[in-house]
Amino acid sequence: MALEVRLRARGPIPLDVAFRAEAGEVLALVGPSGAGKTTVLRSIAGFWHPEAAWIAVNGTTWLDTEARVNRPAHRRRLGVVFQAYALFPHMSAVHNVMAAMECADAAEARRLLHLVNLHGLETRRPAQLSGGQQQRVALARALARRPQALLLDEPFSAVDRATRERLQEEVSALRAHLDMPVVLVTHDMAEAQLLADRMVVIVAGHMVAEGPTAAVMADPAALRAMGIRELAAMLPATIAEQDADGLTRLDGPAGPLFLPGLSDPPGTRVRMRIPAQDVILSRQRPEGLSAQNIVPGRVLRSVSGTGPGVLVHIDVAGHEIVARITRRAALQMDLRPGDLVHAILKSMSVARGQVIRAPDGDDD
Amino acid sequence: MDWTALWLSLRLAGWTVVFLLPVAVIAGRALAYRRFPAKGLVEALVMLPLVLPPTVFGFYLLVAFGGNSPVGDLWQRLFGHQLVFSFEGLVMASVIFNLPFAIQPAQRGFEAVPVEVREAAATCGMSPARSLWRVELPLAWPGVMTAMVLTFAHTLGEFGIVLMVGGSIPGETRTIAIAIYDRVQAFDMQGAATMSAVLVGISLVTIALTYWLSARVGRRLS
Repeated sequence: MALEVRLRARGPIPLDVAFRAEAGEVLALVGPSGAGKTTVLRSIAGFWHPEAAWIAVNGTTWLDTEARVNRPAHRRRLGVVFQAYALFPHMSAVHNVMAAMECADAAEARRLLHLVNLHGLETRRPAQLSGGQQQRVALARALARRPQALLLDEPFSAVDRATRERLQEEVSALRAHLDMPVVLVTHDMAEAQLLADRMVVIVAGHMVAEGPTAAVMADPAALRAMGIRELAAMLPATIAEQDADGLTRLDGPAGPLFLPGLSDPPGTRVRMRIPAQDVILSRQRPEGLSAQNIVPGRVLRSVSGTGPGVLVHIDVAGHEIVARITRRAALQMDLRPGDLVHAILKSMSVARGQVIRAPDGDDD
Repeated sequence: MDWTALWLSLRLAGWTVVFLLPVAVIAGRALAYRRFPAKGLVEALVMLPLVLPPTVFGFYLLVAFGGNSPVGDLWQRLFGHQLVFSFEGLVMASVIFNLPFAIQPAQRGFEAVPVEVREAAATCGMSPARSLWRVELPLAWPGVMTAMVLTFAHTLGEFGIVLMVGGSIPGETRTIAIAIYDRVQAFDMQGAATMSAVLVGISLVTIALTYWLSARVGRRLS
């Protein structure tokens, strides 16, 4: 199963994108607001028709402007989670889910609501549910049709931060159940990095970068488009134990790491997002520092851009992290490939919102 | 009290509602959702009966339905009697002059259904007909209902157009509004008063129903 998309339009929303999302893969469409991400999603769903387009799912053509093929929206077997959820206000949660089924099956609808962690609220109407709960119903409804592709349009933008972090974790955990291509539209680089296998960066309707998440995050064109502040690396770790003082100890690739309380049980494998601007470098292992997380590594290379900053790529036991330091600091430290450095990670910067459970079978 | 006239008015209003219900749903939905080049013109035309003097509108309908017009001629050949000054002609005129009362509230009702909710219905696999039945009508029905209530009430009270197209034939085209006028002409103030009171009662119930329904619209979509 795969979703293949090629779109081109001159106006009113200029568009020139082509990508492919494989079954079971999460592809993030990232870009600033107004870049045309949602238009791409609406084209796939059949609510928008670009001048030239070709969309196919599992080899079946849904839209081909040249061959004049255009499958109407209701005959495209899709699950869509809309930005504002768009639940049916006159139906209860369970009926919202059943509305998307060919043969209404209440038991199956309840199972789906349980799958998205909505318990005991099946008979409530959307107006009686919180934003996060509505989001879960919307997700269950999107899955109810057994979709050939799942489209998520800024699904976490309308909820508060704590709910967003919990939902992101749940979606990540849900991935084991998803065997179709998933397209996630977001303007949040961190969210894309936490959830997506591959990324497409769109600016003003054009693709500026495309590829595996790690590669896109290292792509200068993508960083120019999204802003250097978004640059971050991912580090795997395993939860070791919950300390009495509220910190969680994790086993990282180069020693223990301490994070503010994570709820997952010991043994859970997670991935941490380490923003480049939150990494401080030191040649000696620093003593008497308030920062708890110091990992040793070796300098791979330094990349200087046009600004006052330098990106230093560091190998940490086989994993690459990036530090963004000033050009002056880089000159003073005289960092060369192969040099031993200590990367100081600010504890709170790798806090809850930057950690996500690793998908099953993730070996790195 | 002219019970024949009241019954005729109720029948006229009932048939008008029956014919206008599908028109209101189809036209109101199209005007609410679709964009087409002459949309403004169509909306203006729908509103025209609201601003034209009833006698002027009635005059044109009389000419359009008369024996010399294609419509009147066809009717005469099909059914063997003329269209003007008949109950059927009255129903036809009533359907036309009630278009704004039927379409406008229905259009507002459909406009209140968020576009994302309609799109969600499509991505749930609902065909346009199914989406109308399961999602749009349940959300827009208070608007449609208001349209029908207004149409019913307005038909009961219409005077000028009915007089122009139907005249005042007892049991055929003499509605309660015209019967009241006839009573006053005949100095039967008591009869006119009774019938007027009945009309006031019906109108009050209608307005109350309309307000109650529009309050429901607000509650449903909040």
